[in-house]
Amino acid sequence: MASRREVLLGLGAGITAGCSARLPGTPPGRFALRTVAPGIYMRRGVDADATAANGNSIANIGCIVGRDAVAVVDPGGCLDDGHQLRARIREITRLPIRFVVMSHVHPDHIFGAGAFLKDEPQFIGHVRLPEALAQRGEYYQKGLDAILGKDRAGPVVVPTQLVSGGAHIDLGDRVIRLTAHPVAHSDCDLSLFDPASATLLPADLLFVERIPALDGRLTGWQSELRALKTIGARRAVPGHGPVSVEWPAGAQDLDRYLDVLLRETRIAVRKGMDISDAAGTVGQSERGLWKLFDDYHGHNVTQAFKEVEWD
Amino acid sequence: MGLNRGLAAWGLVLCSWIAGARAADEPPSADAEEAARTARWSELQQAIFGARVVHDGSAWLGIDAPQRALDAALVPVSLTMSGERPIQGLYLIIDNNPGPLAGHFLFGPRADPRSLKLRVRVNAYTYIHAVAETSDGELYAVARFVKAAGGCSAPAGADQQLAMQDLGHIKVRMTGPFVAGRPMEAQLMIRHPNFNGMQMDQMTHLYTPALFIRSIDVNFDGTRVLHLDSDISLSSDPVISFGFIAPGKGQLQVLVRDTQDDTFGQSFDVPAPAAPAG
Repeated sequence: MASRREVLLGLGAGITAGCSARLPGTPPGRFALRTVAPGIYMRRGVDADATAANGNSIANIGCIVGRDAVAVVDPGGCLDDGHQLRARIREITRLPIRFVVMSHVHPDHIFGAGAFLKDEPQFIGHVRLPEALAQRGEYYQKGLDAILGKDRAGPVVVPTQLVSGGAHIDLGDRVIRLTAHPVAHSDCDLSLFDPASATLLPADLLFVERIPALDGRLTGWQSELRALKTIGARRAVPGHGPVSVEWPAGAQDLDRYLDVLLRETRIAVRKGMDISDAAGTVGQSERGLWKLFDDYHGHNVTQAFKEVEWD
Repeated sequence: MGLNRGLAAWGLVLCSWIAGARAADEPPSADAEEAARTARWSELQQAIFGARVVHDGSAWLGIDAPQRALDAALVPVSLTMSGERPIQGLYLIIDNNPGPLAGHFLFGPRADPRSLKLRVRVNAYTYIHAVAETSDGELYAVARFVKAAGGCSAPAGADQQLAMQDLGHIKVRMTGPFVAGRPMEAQLMIRHPNFNGMQMDQMTHLYTPALFIRSIDVNFDGTRVLHLDSDISLSSDPVISFGFIAPGKGQLQVLVRDTQDDTFGQSFDVPAPAAPAG
């Protein structure tokens, strides 16, 4: 049942990805890369949770190609996802893969990193990523192996270059700006901005269509979104959902969700409601507006509640 | 459904995804599982209460918890006692946790032991038992089955790091109007990561040293409301709601002691000073 659903979603993705076009010559299916801006290629993740059938190919992953080098922007959800991405990149360019950006600690974004070890790139992460990996890496790996099959998750790859505040990487006539964010969607979110194409790659700071997953600080996420809107981007590449949306207009659903979550959680706390009851009442107007709502929303409310009750 | 539902937590701190995997792997014989759970409870009863008889308390004790937890590291448990029998203490036992005895409450003269709420970690599908000890020394038990897993070894979240920064900060919210001599409800919140020693640092393969709350005392003007001996199963940033009776205006005094023997104390005016209702 799950696999049928994923197949449907995988095929559907090609039709719904509005502003992007499938590369000529690339096969359809869940590993196809699409051009979202000149030199920026992304694979759309399926809107599902990890299963053996979808191989955890659930995040939007891809690359930016400059004159001299390639930066991978999230290496994928497992070793095979990373290998598939690398193979698609090699169909586009022979330029060296000098950078692999790991946008945050969540496994659907980074467990493909092992596929790029032979390229000897800089693995770039938020300054807090090593600690997050220390706490969760093996735990995620075991969980992923349990779903995908033994040893299919891939290695925990530790970043070789850390970003605190801001940094740049130069791909040759293409300088990408990196920002290490305060605690927001997670505690180690790294976003990219490509001024050449006015494209923002905020990874999981931006969810579209798929229910956001809060693993950091709700109010922090809102303020980082506000800051990202002033960066001068015309389009953004969400961590989940279509591979390209207009910016900042593409953030409006996420803004609304986070606002509702905060406002209604505050009301629940003020009324003295229990955390378990809040999960069933807060944000119910958002049901039906997001994929996987029932799978994540209750957890988001729990997270928000824990944050708000201390205000 | 098992896997998908379990994976709801994907990428997050919690581990209901592992729970989901286990759900899928569950042996077909539910009877055998249930028999094992019954045997486990017998062992625990023997270990905690020795030869004492534990009666069925379902006629006047209530326990509530989500059947399937949203977050295994934060499972809200609500206990209600009808009040028809005076209670001196209450044991909360999470049968399949590494430290099953999650807490032992002793109630004092200023307690209203008719309701108690707290948040716990749940490490595997388990019964949670509440055992009340009446003033005449009889034991009565009630149980609830909870599907959650991994809550004890779940890696620390951003909130646990915040808890370290803000360690020992205590808040109390009181609900309901203050009437001298009438029961009131208080919610006690403590900033404490409650590291239980089961979170492994995956780089060094060393475990984060245990640092958790050992005991909590709540008094009203020097007279006991409750004393809690706690263990590794309380959630990080513990939140405990309880009833108390203030004979007049005064102060609710909270003292928390952790495994490093650090103590954190604070007093709160009753009634709470006029502020936004909370």
